[in-house]
Amino acid sequence: MSVVTVQLGQCGNQVGQELFDVISSDAQDGQRKTYSSVSRERFFRQTSQGDFEARAVLVDMEPKVINHSMNRAAKSGRWRYAEASHFSQKQGSGNNWANGFRVLGPRHRDAVEELVRREVEHCDVLAGFIPMMSVAGGTGSGVGTFVTQCLRDVYPSSFVLNHLTWPYGTGEVIVQNYNSVLTLAHLYQLSDALLVHENDAVHRICSQQLNLKQISFGDLNRVIAHQLAGVLQPALTPDSCGAYSGNPLGELVSALACHPEYKLLSACSIPQMASASIAFSTFSWPALLKHLRQMLIANTKMEEGIDWQVRPPPASAGRTSSLTAGGFNASLANLLILRGKDVYSAETGGFEDPAIYTSWLPPAEALSLWKSPVPFDKYEKSATLVSNSQALLRPLDDMVRKAWNMFASRAYIHQYVKFGISEEDFLDSFTSLEQVISSYAQLQC
Amino acid sequence: MTQSVVVQVGQCGNQVGCRFWDLALREHAHVNKRGLYDEALSSFFRNVDLRKSDGGDCCVGGRIQHLKARAVLIDMEEGVVNGILQGPLREVFDSTQLLTDVSGSGNNWAVGHLTYGSAYREAIVNKLRKAAEHCDCLQCFFLIHSMGGGTGSGLGTRVLSLLEEEFPDVCRIVTAMYPSAEDDVITSPYNSVLAMRELTEHADCVLPVENQSLVDIVNKISVMSHGAKPGSALRKDSTVTSGQGSLSPTEKPFDAMNNIVANLLLNITSSARFEGSLNMDLNEIAMNLVPFPRLHYLVPSLTPLYTLADVNIPTRRLDQMFSDAFSKDHQLIRADPKRSLYLACALMVRGNVQVSDLRRNIERLRPSLPFVSWNQEGWKTGLCSVPPVGHSHSLLALANNTCVKPTFMELRDRFTKLYRKKAHLHHYLDVDGMEQSIFSESLSSLSALIDEYHQLDATKARLIPDAQRLSIAR
Repeated sequence: MSVVTVQLGQCGNQVGQELFDVISSDAQDGQRKTYSSVSRERFFRQTSQGDFEARAVLVDMEPKVINHSMNRAAKSGRWRYAEASHFSQKQGSGNNWANGFRVLGPRHRDAVEELVRREVEHCDVLAGFIPMMSVAGGTGSGVGTFVTQCLRDVYPSSFVLNHLTWPYGTGEVIVQNYNSVLTLAHLYQLSDALLVHENDAVHRICSQQLNLKQISFGDLNRVIAHQLAGVLQPALTPDSCGAYSGNPLGELVSALACHPEYKLLSACSIPQMASASIAFSTFSWPALLKHLRQMLIANTKMEEGIDWQVRPPPASAGRTSSLTAGGFNASLANLLILRGKDVYSAETGGFEDPAIYTSWLPPAEALSLWKSPVPFDKYEKSATLVSNSQALLRPLDDMVRKAWNMFASRAYIHQYVKFGISEEDFLDSFTSLEQVISSYAQLQC
Repeated sequence: MTQSVVVQVGQCGNQVGCRFWDLALREHAHVNKRGLYDEALSSFFRNVDLRKSDGGDCCVGGRIQHLKARAVLIDMEEGVVNGILQGPLREVFDSTQLLTDVSGSGNNWAVGHLTYGSAYREAIVNKLRKAAEHCDCLQCFFLIHSMGGGTGSGLGTRVLSLLEEEFPDVCRIVTAMYPSAEDDVITSPYNSVLAMRELTEHADCVLPVENQSLVDIVNKISVMSHGAKPGSALRKDSTVTSGQGSLSPTEKPFDAMNNIVANLLLNITSSARFEGSLNMDLNEIAMNLVPFPRLHYLVPSLTPLYTLADVNIPTRRLDQMFSDAFSKDHQLIRADPKRSLYLACALMVRGNVQVSDLRRNIERLRPSLPFVSWNQEGWKTGLCSVPPVGHSHSLLALANNTCVKPTFMELRDRFTKLYRKKAHLHHYLDVDGMEQSIFSESLSSLSALIDEYHQLDATKARLIPDAQRLSIAR
């Protein structure tokens, strides 16, 4: 079953290219035949000359990034983007969500839908769509939201999993909070689930975990691509009866996004180290899983500096006034994906502990376990955890708070009104997100 | 890829413009080694094959035949434009891009705006339209003029309102040269205030530049190059300091100052022309830096101003570049942004600088910079991988800061001093179409603008609590 990726805006196109790169090199490294062929079928199609072309549609409102990504892909020698799979214009969206959603999206709807249709036709069986975008800018966020809406309209029974990159809290774009609020509020209605990476968290991984001195966006994107590939590469699921699952997106969504109010997913993976260090390290499942569980509970994305003091609150504790009780991150549902040597003997009981889950879903339902005996991306053993938890609650709350403060003074609103987004639209989006924040805050056990 | 058209009006506008074209050519020559007409070049230049009978444009991708600037040059006296046409840049312009007259505007805004504005309206619109037609996707008009004279300020602002009428969707970025207090044109306060009103109403963004700041900066550079320590010679080929290709063989006094302004324009457009890991397009500048329509005056500052010939750039020097961008010595108007309130700030970095360097410096500098309460993290950042010629990296900071208020207040004071005595007023009122009400309206427009900045300043010391959030029924 094949997945069609739609890369939107600068971020979407840069991260997407890194993702395909990781996937293609992972499937290559002398892996078991079935794994490679499932992975290849899922993400690439083979031309008559035997080249692998990504099942991807690249969309941007200006051409520089798409050209750059296509060149980099071709240089890898292992895969490339198809010649005719991209759409770009001459002039960007100007960081303006309204411009992307109300003007540019509709204007280029037909062209983009045509590209998607062609890509879908190349798939024997369509597993679903992964639009990849950032929420801070204009194209990824505005045009991306519009394209997601189109995908929903044209393919109502397909799964749509949006991959979102949230910007640094201290700002890459001044109106990023407005763009983020508008995007998230709309996507919540359109998408099956939103898998989020935050630049701040990924930056910390690069600096403290990987010890990189000078961190570039390429480094951030590679970490994101590694984690995302860890989720999307083939795995054996409870439903797949001994073969690699043919419905990865569907199973992910049904495992994690079981309630329409709860769609925010975050990922973390272990181990994460500079590739030079991998050869010198040994891993054991008990150690990896113990660290991963604490990373989940303490809401940290890396092994370095885990706070072991954070514990699930005792059952008798009442509701606290803070968003999360004592730094503890309550989960609604978790998907644990184990890859590599000795997966079948890995003991995952720690993740079935009812104390880490909210009370209205029994742990047997809340935890899903996928396994693959094939080592992933040079790690002999690795685990990826996708969780629907309070992990994104604080960043979301900060985002809404800052956007609301700015909205209170009506700053920059004239730029959005110019393109057809009114104050009412803003208020609707704020209301939707306050609802999401409230729902997640109530997840305490 | 988008194109921009530069419209240079008046003596100052044309002299700065001339420096800009020289630097643009040099920058592209440095980067474009293969002589192909690429997207980056096409943003400011057309590639014309003169052998074709219709003088037609060549497409991107072919060899460079003949580069023509996307520019319109307007002056009401011939000296400066003729000088350009006789200098090394003569090949870059052709006669259809020029509009000149003979007698000048006599340092009179009304003559420039009303008399010449009406007389040449058709011709100006035609030339602008021609320039726009040559563009595949026109994104921005850059208007360069001074505020103190007659042609630049009067006819220049007339051109601005024509641009708004004819091309409402195209961004208008104005680089305006403000006179210093010791300006030798007596009526410069009148001209400046009359022009200010037009800028407030019709421009998308204004980059005010003050002559006195440029003089100070140039003096600093020459102190560095003459009094330099041994072993720290300055690189001679830097676009900021060298003045090759100027109008005359010897460097004219204003050339060094105009160089700085030309660099400003070059750096603003760098991310739109060259690639980088975080692109910043011109329409994003207006979007991010203009929170309220009338408050669109952005204080520019440019670093570094010179490079030492030492090639090894330790991190400390990179950090120094960021600190300098916020010091009052590097601002292009005389103001101290650190003492006033930031509404928004954009950092455009060129060269081999990574996002971690950027973040580190923002975190370092952030505590010392007062930001308005609703925009505490108001940074817009751009990373372009191509550095300017002669430097390994550079930084352009554009700040929407209330420190422009004192500049405007001084301007208003100088205006009122003359206006109260009705000094020189008759020169203006004698012009056909000019009325006293235009003076009073311009004055009140300026006062209203100062007031808006003042309101924001008043919030500076106060601790504003978070706005009350919407509450959801549980």
